[in-house]
Amino acid sequence: MGEREIMEYDVIVVGAGPAGLSCAIRLKQIKPELMVAVIEKSSEIGAHILSGAVIEPEPLDRLLPDWRDDPPPVCIPVERDEIWLLKPSKRYRLPTPPQQKNHGNFIVSLGAMCGWLATRAEALEVDLFPGYAAAGIHFREDGSVGGVIIGDMGVGRDGQPRDSYVEGIEIHAPVTVLCEGVRGHLSKQLIRRFELDRHSDPQTYGIGMKELWRVQPGKSSPGLVQHTTGWPLDKSIYGGSFIYHMDKDRIAVGFVCGLDYADPEFMPFEAFQQFKHHPMVRDMLEGGEILSSGARAISEGGYQSLPKTEMPGALLVGDCAGTLNVPKIKGTHQAMKAGMLAAEHIADTGRAEGFDAKLRGSEVVQELHQVRNIRPAFYKGFWRGFLRAAIETVTAGKLPTTLRIHADDTALRKLDEYTPPDRHWVQRELPPRDRLASVYFAATAHDEDQPVHLQILEPDVCTTRCPVEYGNPCTRFCPANVYEMVEDDAGTALQINAANCVHCKTCDIKDPYQIINWVAPEGGSGPNYQNM
Amino acid sequence: MKILIGIKRVVDYNVRVRVLPDGSGVDLDGVKMSVNPFDEIALEEALRIRDAGKAEEVVVVSIGGDPVQQQLRTGLAMGADRAIQVKTDAELQPLGAAQAFLKIVEREEPGLVILGKQAIDDDNSQTGQMLAALWGRPQATFASKLVLNGTSARVTREVDSGLEIVDVDLPAVITVDLRLNEPRFVKLPDIMKAKRKPLDVVTLEELGVDAGSNVSVTHCAPPPQRAKGIMVDDAAQLVQELKNRGLL
Repeated sequence: MGEREIMEYDVIVVGAGPAGLSCAIRLKQIKPELMVAVIEKSSEIGAHILSGAVIEPEPLDRLLPDWRDDPPPVCIPVERDEIWLLKPSKRYRLPTPPQQKNHGNFIVSLGAMCGWLATRAEALEVDLFPGYAAAGIHFREDGSVGGVIIGDMGVGRDGQPRDSYVEGIEIHAPVTVLCEGVRGHLSKQLIRRFELDRHSDPQTYGIGMKELWRVQPGKSSPGLVQHTTGWPLDKSIYGGSFIYHMDKDRIAVGFVCGLDYADPEFMPFEAFQQFKHHPMVRDMLEGGEILSSGARAISEGGYQSLPKTEMPGALLVGDCAGTLNVPKIKGTHQAMKAGMLAAEHIADTGRAEGFDAKLRGSEVVQELHQVRNIRPAFYKGFWRGFLRAAIETVTAGKLPTTLRIHADDTALRKLDEYTPPDRHWVQRELPPRDRLASVYFAATAHDEDQPVHLQILEPDVCTTRCPVEYGNPCTRFCPANVYEMVEDDAGTALQINAANCVHCKTCDIKDPYQIINWVAPEGGSGPNYQNM
Repeated sequence: MKILIGIKRVVDYNVRVRVLPDGSGVDLDGVKMSVNPFDEIALEEALRIRDAGKAEEVVVVSIGGDPVQQQLRTGLAMGADRAIQVKTDAELQPLGAAQAFLKIVEREEPGLVILGKQAIDDDNSQTGQMLAALWGRPQATFASKLVLNGTSARVTREVDSGLEIVDVDLPAVITVDLRLNEPRFVKLPDIMKAKRKPLDVVTLEELGVDAGSNVSVTHCAPPPQRAKGIMVDDAAQLVQELKNRGLL
């Protein structure tokens, strides 16, 4: 291994999600002569994207004014909104808060939309590189970010090069735009290195799980947007569901749990499956089939948790910074707007410096400021949160107080400190049977002969302290059954089924000891989501 | 010598293939498409032959609509020198594909044609054999080893009873099996280089090939679901349950 090959660009975008693609497209619209590269770890654009998704069309109108003539592959105008409070077998209709009114919005597959945005980007001569993971950061001699290092391909499980070994190249550019999405593994390193979160609260997250179903004809009402709160969660866990009715007898059902839950025995995947057995949902799904499934973490800290979004040579844009609007349950429009703003800033100045101030002065952060107290209000339980949310909404966030955000990894209580409430969970019948059956629908694939991409920094903890203190919660919070405790002759050991990983990042977030480090596997590995 | 490689655009092997509710075919909506894995192996072998100095040029050919250009570009990024798209919106069957290949063979006059042993979508395993017959040249199928000796090739074939070694005179058609090689990863800068390599388009009509088909698909159905098993207490109950089902 000698000097790595180097390619030079004017701007590197890491991650081909809505933020990255919007940024790349806008850059080429303003300055076609700029050389723009987009690196994406999934095997094709959109294959690692998982979202509801109901989107606001405004940023699309701005980015691609003609988009309605050639819309994304899945794009259904929202007809109606419903919000329900679920009890174990009953439901109560709640008034729709103004943030959640979806008139004029569209139900899309964000994955398919990213594929569609990618063709627009390619037409503008953006260089898209799906199947290549940005594994590391290239730092210049002065310590600033100078680009990225693409992961090596063909490295064996033991870390030694195989016959097919290809050394990853370096891509250098004056500005690197990180659009990795929630808990990006490079963003995480950079936030730490440049202390970007020094003046912000810790980030807080949720885990979102989703299944795309084809239901019996007539059971889907295209354009209907339903959300639920309440059962199967108890009042201490923040979360709820979405049910988006699409065309072709398809329904997207999903469930989100705040990752600040305290119960060490709680299993988010099970909560999602329970939710599907509420009579309201069960009736829709029975007799149908799952087309695709997966999971992804969501950033929920909003305004208080927003780190500084610039550092020498690089920007954080979209959900790797955390611009999602929780009460709206939407992040796509924010990510796209931030991506466009970053493009305009770079085209204007050619540098990273100055972006953070522009972002904070923009409607993106304004929107977050207005709703800043709603998510933390729910720390006091559902009804107090509900009341505070109503007050904050009526006053449009103008009250002078700002509630603080807590970290997720410290929220978990120890086994002997917590007695879970009765959640009235039921016997399940709908597929998938378990997490392995679910992962099958994510079509996730990793070459088994590569280094394990989930690094355990202190393996001893998994067999000594953790079983006693928390009962190895990684075996429960992972939605893909990556972590298993297995018995062998030598005793109990942690087995990591890395090939199952759907890249949701929950383990990196929720592990109470913070000793799980998610790094990029070989490019092209991971889920192969279809229309998610 | 020039080597001609066939590349078929197929549903990626990681995709869970699903039959459409009306049974008219397979659902391709939002499905990832890739180069047929056996064709990748064929191309890898050709690149190794060229890099060893035993061939001058590697040409990749695909038949289909404009989306196949994506797979041709992949072939160019792997290292092929140029690409030819035989443009058609018709669904070609093996005979039509072989006839189209024959026309390209007549134009290009390659010393060797290497194809995948089959495509993973229809699993026909016919195109290579038909091409050899139409062309009137030798064929060696299911190759797991290939050695060129001037005017002939020694091919190790994977057959039911083990391995069979055959010599074929060149030009010939060789179809390749899984164990022949492990295709290379594409280097990122090669994707950029591939954009500048020539990709010629010729229509099926220009080649004078009739896309007409002799086979029509009447219905597609997924395999039947496995019924739920039961646990038996002892051998006697097992025998009884089997008898109840008329299996004994």
